[in-house]
Amino acid sequence: MSGGPYSDPAAVAGLLAELRTAAARLEHRLTLMEVCGTHTHSVAGAGLRRLMPERVRLISGPGCPVCVTPVAYLDRALALAALPDTVVCTFGDLMRVPSSTASLERARAEGARVEVVYSPRDALELARRSPELRVVFLAVGFETTVPAVAGVLDEAERTGVENFMLLPGNKTMPQVMRVLVDDPELEVDGFLLPGHVSVITGWKLFEFLPRDFGVGGVVAGFGPTDVAQGVLELVRQALDGRAEIGNVYGRVVTADGNRLARELVDHYFEPADEIWRGFGVVPGSGLGLRSRWAHRDAAQIEVELPLPSEPVGCRCGEVLRGVIDPPECPLFDSGCDPESPIGACMVSSEGTCAAWWRHERWAAGAVR
Amino acid sequence: MCLAIPMVLVERDEFEGVAEIDGVRRRISVMYVPEAAVGDYVLVHAGFAIGQVDADEAARTLEVLREYADAMVEL
Repeated sequence: MSGGPYSDPAAVAGLLAELRTAAARLEHRLTLMEVCGTHTHSVAGAGLRRLMPERVRLISGPGCPVCVTPVAYLDRALALAALPDTVVCTFGDLMRVPSSTASLERARAEGARVEVVYSPRDALELARRSPELRVVFLAVGFETTVPAVAGVLDEAERTGVENFMLLPGNKTMPQVMRVLVDDPELEVDGFLLPGHVSVITGWKLFEFLPRDFGVGGVVAGFGPTDVAQGVLELVRQALDGRAEIGNVYGRVVTADGNRLARELVDHYFEPADEIWRGFGVVPGSGLGLRSRWAHRDAAQIEVELPLPSEPVGCRCGEVLRGVIDPPECPLFDSGCDPESPIGACMVSSEGTCAAWWRHERWAAGAVR
Repeated sequence: MCLAIPMVLVERDEFEGVAEIDGVRRRISVMYVPEAAVGDYVLVHAGFAIGQVDADEAARTLEVLREYADAMVEL
């Protein structure tokens, strides 16, 4: 560990001391949720959950895009990959997630055409080079990723690459956060808000939290000190009886985000009802292609699909909703681990189960 | 996945650019950062620059990322 200003143990310790002093004045226990896979890892890696004062409970929500991608989406991706003259392109972290039948990785080993790409630009390039093929990009990811998808669509339109399509599966955070904040099982008192989502959306996107629900949120960066600062700010809001959107990532995040990116996304996509693992259909939480771009929509291609089925015993859905911690799942570290993952939350390095397995299972007494 | 990496912009035209970090160069789209000039730090995600940061912030983010990467390698 090198220990710069954002991960410096002394700086973290100082913030935690401040946090303990502040939290001692809280009248009841605060439940704070982070909704960003990178926060999940930062919290786990620095052991922040255990270092929180007794009156601050830090939980993880649906911040891992691969984890919330429903099994039906993967079933469709696999069915597309089995079609003649069709190549499915995906970000690497989707490869090992189980569908109802097999993972993309397994399907590829068995002959399906699946390519891992770093950027949707690589998928577009493949389409350009191979006009005889139909190239389908699996559009998974939150607001940070959607501009990249809109950008390649725009390039495909501008340069006339006809054989490039998407399987729409992108998701947006506000609607699912409404579900979370309304969940009586959870009683979330505040949110740690994702930094790089906010680079695109701006922090104003989250103003509905205090306005409609009286719940505050703080945009934070990714180092342990950033997270600790965000938590401290949320505790201060509670002590002052305030609920507002704060921003301790002001160096990077603005009120309005990246307007050009938001406009291009809006040009190609419109809100759509979307299934999230663990939540079911969340109205308006997805991004569907506008009808004008239907020729780019691989969901319109007719394929035969199996009945969606999740791995038996897996409680990934409840982990994503924040209602259980991973060790409460009977499979956790008992058949399901990063080497041989059963559920999506253990597959992705951003998943809550993977983060707990790596950093917290000892402390949680979860090792059997 | 929702993580953007700070990189230095070393070439650009209206849409396309080249960004570099730790000696690694990548072709990226710069369509969303019209004001970013060669020499500036941009935040790169999935092959697109999505925002700009100053050199201090870039250094801080990179430090966190390197620790994150180290932690992954240690496993």
